[in-house]
Amino acid sequence: MNVIYTGEMDTRLFKNVIGETISELLREDENVVYLDADLMNCIGTAKLPKETDRAINCGIAEANMIGIACGLSAAGFKPIVHTFGPFASRRCYDQVFLSGGYAGNSITVIGTDPGVTATFNGGTHMPFEDIALYRAIPNAIIVDITDVSMLKDFLRQAKDLPGIKYLRVGRKGSAKVYSEDSHFQIGKGIVLREGKDAAIIACGIMVHEAMQAAEILSQDGIEVAVIDIFTIKPLDVELVKTYARKTGTIVTAENHNKIGGLYSAVKDALDGEAKTGYVAVEDEFGEVGPQDYLQKRFGLTSDHIARKVKETINKK
Amino acid sequence: MQAKQKKELMEFACRIRIGIVEEIKARGFGHIGGSLSIADLLAVLYGEIMNYDPKNPKMEDRDKLVCSKGHAGPAVYAALALKGFFPYENLKTLNQPGTNLPSHCDRKKTPGIDMTTGSLGQGTSLAVGIALGDKLKGRNCRTFLIVGDGETNEGQVWEAAMFTAAKKVNNLVWIIDNNKKQLDGYTCDVLNIFNLEEKFRAFGFDAITVDGNDVEQVYEALSRKAIDKPIAIVLNTVKGKGIKEIEEAAGNHSMAPKPEDCDRWLDILHKELAELA
Repeated sequence: MNVIYTGEMDTRLFKNVIGETISELLREDENVVYLDADLMNCIGTAKLPKETDRAINCGIAEANMIGIACGLSAAGFKPIVHTFGPFASRRCYDQVFLSGGYAGNSITVIGTDPGVTATFNGGTHMPFEDIALYRAIPNAIIVDITDVSMLKDFLRQAKDLPGIKYLRVGRKGSAKVYSEDSHFQIGKGIVLREGKDAAIIACGIMVHEAMQAAEILSQDGIEVAVIDIFTIKPLDVELVKTYARKTGTIVTAENHNKIGGLYSAVKDALDGEAKTGYVAVEDEFGEVGPQDYLQKRFGLTSDHIARKVKETINKK
Repeated sequence: MQAKQKKELMEFACRIRIGIVEEIKARGFGHIGGSLSIADLLAVLYGEIMNYDPKNPKMEDRDKLVCSKGHAGPAVYAALALKGFFPYENLKTLNQPGTNLPSHCDRKKTPGIDMTTGSLGQGTSLAVGIALGDKLKGRNCRTFLIVGDGETNEGQVWEAAMFTAAKKVNNLVWIIDNNKKQLDGYTCDVLNIFNLEEKFRAFGFDAITVDGNDVEQVYEALSRKAIDKPIAIVLNTVKGKGIKEIEEAAGNHSMAPKPEDCDRWLDILHKELAELA
């Protein structure tokens, strides 16, 4: 795995990569089944049910889809389920929790359009709480996808892992962060940039913002480390603690409510070992708009991160 | 159905009822009404219809049972114990600390329990998934899904029903225990579900209604083969069936009987068993 971050955006879109990878997995592994809730056209998989009976459109019925996926798991399959993030979390929470986790079934849930990436679908479609919900499911694995390379690798890994796996990913593009064919270890964060004055721990779209913030801070003579934590559960507690000790200041950055997400997980892990600050959505509902507007509106930009780092370093 | 076969099934149903009362007597409380109402159904399923091996409860091409009304666990446990999935004595551990027989069915704890249920409605989709999986794997087996009439208040039941018919999951048999009561009272008072057979027909099922406490009628209904459409069998049953006192009790969803009440009920059931023999 190589870090190739320059700030350049990837021309490939997440939605196409999800669709292509699911198609490949269906071909490669006869135990993979893919279920969707009338959102196949959104990730380019609408043709699949004509090609294989292991691609199933369940219609607009997410609770039923999760239950069927769990039943398929009991029958020996490796179900991959897709719908938008709010419907993959809030709408079917009891089904994921009980029919999935509690009942010992294994499913991979892809929730697209996390947080502000839901843009013009607006507040009804904008999950700022999906990580919080999945974190409360015992032993669930939660990954906030950073780039295309990570998405491909995790889709392949997730299908074979036991239990509940939640992949949180946008449909548009992202900055290129990792080289093609990188392999990622669940629960092991990646240090993208070293720095002695503070560490920014970020996930998802906020990794790019964190890297930009590090540049801004560097111009002011503040050297910050940037960590792509990507697995919110299980959290890389060791890495978080190491950078807390090394720098004394930890700032988290997430496209999620400050309650129950990355900040909450990091703060739990640190238990007062460093000065901490967060860049996250202040306990609010989402709203409609372009992503750059929403990132400013909810305080999720590189400028916000840079300010928060200075503020946190200066905390008594 | 031959007279001998019918008598054996009636005996089996009576033994299931004895098992249920013994379980609840040992713990002091439990979901007795909805357990007793499906005793005849379970006798027919485990006595005649289903293909299974108690020594190999995970056998891939076995027929599966999903009791979506998961609180009827005591009834299913009694049937499983009587068929040798685990020692009959274990029934007395119902809901004791550390037990393998919790109030609601749990596939991780109990040999022979094919799916975890308890949050009403969820077992329906799970059963669809199991049956669909068996179909995709080419396994020659069926899944039997028991749904409570009160449970059909849950919207997920109808999502799963729609899917079953639309995708022709014909190796799944829906069985609705229409015992007319739910926790807070009669279903027609709490939330009227009107005519279940008509509803399932409208959802694309081959739907029939039979007397669910008559083993012969249940056997004939379960012997039907699905052709074009999946089968839904509405069982007209009595909540608490088999013990008049329980049938007539207003709040018979869950009861906390005294040991002497249970002994009186066990006497009734043992007398019935002796008469059958």
